[in-house]
Amino acid sequence: MSEIQLEIDGTPVTATPGMTLLEAARAAGLSIPTLCHHEGLEPYGGCRLCIVEVEQRGRTRLVVSCVFPAAADLVVRTRSPKIDRMRKTILELLLAHAPHSPRLGELAAEYGADPNRFEQEAAFCVHCGLCVRYCAEVKQLHAVGFIDRGITKEISFLPEIALRECNRCKECFPLCPTSYLQAAFVLVEGLMSTNGRA
Amino acid sequence: MSNPECACHESKGEPLDAARIDQIITAHRGDPSALIQVMLEIQAENRWLPREVLARMAEALQVPLARVQHIATFYKAFSPVPKGRHDVHICMGTACHVRGAPRILDTVEELTGIAPGETDMELKFSLETVNCLGCCALGPVVEIDGKAHGHLSPAQSAELLQGYE
Ligand code: SF4
Ligand code: FES
Ligand code: FES
Repeated sequence: MSEIQLEIDGTPVTATPGMTLLEAARAAGLSIPTLCHHEGLEPYGGCRLCIVEVEQRGRTRLVVSCVFPAAADLVVRTRSPKIDRMRKTILELLLAHAPHSPRLGELAAEYGADPNRFEQEAAFCVHCGLCVRYCAEVKQLHAVGFIDRGITKEISFLPEIALRECNRCKECFPLCPTSYLQAAFVLVEGLMSTNGRA
Repeated sequence: MSNPECACHESKGEPLDAARIDQIITAHRGDPSALIQVMLEIQAENRWLPREVLARMAEALQVPLARVQHIATFYKAFSPVPKGRHDVHICMGTACHVRGAPRILDTVEELTGIAPGETDMELKFSLETVNCLGCCALGPVVEIDGKAHGHLSPAQSAELLQGYE
């Protein structure tokens, strides 16, 4: 069993087993917006921006394309009024936390999302997990992690590891869709250099 | 030796039992899947998980400290700060609410001087509110150290607390 045939936005697409819908679409040159996805990392499915409609045996449902495995005979739609509406709302919710994120701004323009729809509650981190996952999966340093959960969840640098490793790496900085990661690191650095040594 | 400068415990004259903690951790050395079990055991005996202890678990069980820290802050069963000797859970569920739970909470707050989520200075009580303990017919319910006390009036709840050391 090697190749899988499916249809995305009316185009016949060939995928190999183990591919997600997102990978299959991108391999065929079709674009699906993503925020928390990163090619070098395990599928995560955190932001839900990449939802698509899947039709199988006459039934349509919404799935998260970056974690949904490509399967034979699926009919996939990457845009529809319903999908666009949902993406718009997701973006509006994210923008309430990170109003100045350039990446979110671009997507907001495309989907007509209103950054002021929800009351602003700037926490800056949108919990995409890119920094945490990159540090764990690619660098295997675990210098930054999440703490807490729900609305109080936040990233937290482990000072012992961060002070030793981060300065010469900083590979996660450009991954962050907001500027929070960098700000959090500068803060940790500042705190540690004032009360650690000196 | 594991708990060098923890003032809260010093003032209590009740240091962490480092040997006991080591014993629990060592029993599972090298087994990442035992993490939550180890955390539960230490939490039960020690009533909180100091950061040094998290770091020792991380090292011994070979789990990144970042993950241990996330788990320790994720579940309510674990506390990163010292907890009191007695866990007081006041039910604020609908049934208890209409039967006077808010007045019980007021009484308890006044008596202990702490709000939900807090622990008093003597480390006697830790107070939490919960949303339905599943025995609404007993409402209003206060659960102390896992034992449910039902049909309480504010005065009775005060009496009840006074019975704890
Ligand atoms: S700090 Fe940035 S990269 Fe890290 S989880 Fe938050 S938004 Fe994502
Ligand atoms: S990109 Fe798929 S859920 Fe974030
Ligand atoms: S509401 Fe208190 S036990 Fe159900």
